[in-house]
Amino acid sequence: MQAGCLLLESGAEIFRVEETMERICHHYGIKADRNFVLTNGIFFTAEYDDVNVFARVQRVKVGGSRLDRIEAVNQLSREIESGMYTPDEALKEVDRIKRIPAISPGVQIFASGVGSAAFTFLLGGSLSDCLAAFFVGLVVYVYVLFIFKRYLSKIVGNIGGGLLATVLCIFLYFVEVGDHMNFMIIGSVMPLVPGISFTNGIREIAEENYISGAVRLLDAILAFLCIAVGVGIGISIMGSFVEGVFIL
Amino acid sequence: MILQLIAAALGTIGFAVLFGVPRKYYLVGGLIGAAGWGIYCIFIDAAGSTVATLFATVVVIFLSRMASVWKKCPATIFLISGIIPLVPGSRIYWTSYYLVMNQLGLALETGYEAVKCAVAIVIGIVCVFELPQGVFLFLTGNRKKRK
Repeated sequence: MQAGCLLLESGAEIFRVEETMERICHHYGIKADRNFVLTNGIFFTAEYDDVNVFARVQRVKVGGSRLDRIEAVNQLSREIESGMYTPDEALKEVDRIKRIPAISPGVQIFASGVGSAAFTFLLGGSLSDCLAAFFVGLVVYVYVLFIFKRYLSKIVGNIGGGLLATVLCIFLYFVEVGDHMNFMIIGSVMPLVPGISFTNGIREIAEENYISGAVRLLDAILAFLCIAVGVGIGISIMGSFVEGVFIL
Repeated sequence: MILQLIAAALGTIGFAVLFGVPRKYYLVGGLIGAAGWGIYCIFIDAAGSTVATLFATVVVIFLSRMASVWKKCPATIFLISGIIPLVPGSRIYWTSYYLVMNQLGLALETGYEAVKCAVAIVIGIVCVFELPQGVFLFLTGNRKKRK
C-alpha cells in the first residue's frame, strides 16, 4: 500500500502501481486482487482469509516526477518476491526510498540550462543562442523551483514560466546576445514541458485506463496551452514596447 | 550532424536529471535520445516531419524497452527523457507566435502540424508497447524471466 502511494506520487503508471501492489501482497500470502487505482487515489482491499478483510482508501497528490523512486520501488518489489525481506523490513525499506533525497537544486538548475541550450542548438541556433538559452534556462528553473512549485497553481505557474522565458529572451536579444530570438525562446521553454504526464497519459489510455489517462493528458495539454499563452503574452507585451522586431 | 547528435544526447541527459533519473542510467538514456534524433533527421527530408516523428518514436521506445530488459529497470526511465527531443515544442511555439501576430492561417497550419506530430508519437508508443515482453528478452539474449 505504502509502496503504491509512493509510486503514484512519483509519477508511475497505473498498471505499474497495481502490479507492484499485487505482487508484494501475493508474496506475503495476502489475497489482494481487488485494488482500484486512479491517478489521484488508491482503493484497496486485502484478505488473509474469508474473515479478515482489510480495506483502505488513500488519496494521493498528483504531480512529481521522481523516476529514481519508481526504479527503487521496482527493485524492492522484485527483491521482496525473491524472499529477501520480512514485512517489517520491507516497510522500512519503503520508508528509506521515500527519503531518497531529490537531486540538489543547483544540479537541477544546471541541467535545465544544459537542456535548454542543447535544444536551441538542435533547432538550428548558433552558439551565442545556446549561451543565451543556457542562462534563460537557468533562470526559468530557479523560478520553477522557488516560486512556481511553492506558491503558484499549475495554470498561473506555466503561464508565468512561458512569460518569463519570453521576456528574458527578447531582452537578451536586444542586448545582442544571441542571433535567433525564436530558437532561444523555444529552447528555454523546454524545461517547462510536461514530458511525463504526456507520455504516461498516452500509455494509460493504451492500457485502457481511460480515466487516469484522460486526467494525465488533460494535465499535459493544459500545461502546453498555458506555456503557449505565456509566450504569446510575452511577445505581445514586448512587441508593443518595441516596434518592428517581429517581422517574419 | 555529429554535433547535432551530441546536442540531442546532452539535452536528453539534462532532462533525465530534471526528472530524477538515477545517475547510472544517464549514459544509456542520452544515447537513446541521440538515436531518436538521428532517425528523425534522416527521415525528415524524405518523408516529412510527421512520418519522421513516428519512426523516431518507434526507435526510441524499442531501444528503451531493450535497455529496460538489459538493465532490469522500468522502461519509463529511458522512455520519458528519450522522447523529449521529439515533442513538437517548436511547433507549439510557432502556433502561439502566429496567433499573437494575427497570422491566423499560418497559426492553424502549424497548430495542425503539431497535432499530427503528437498523434505520431501516440501511435509509436502504443504500437511498440503492444509487442510482448518476450521479444525483448529474446533480443537481448536474456532468457531469464524478468519479473
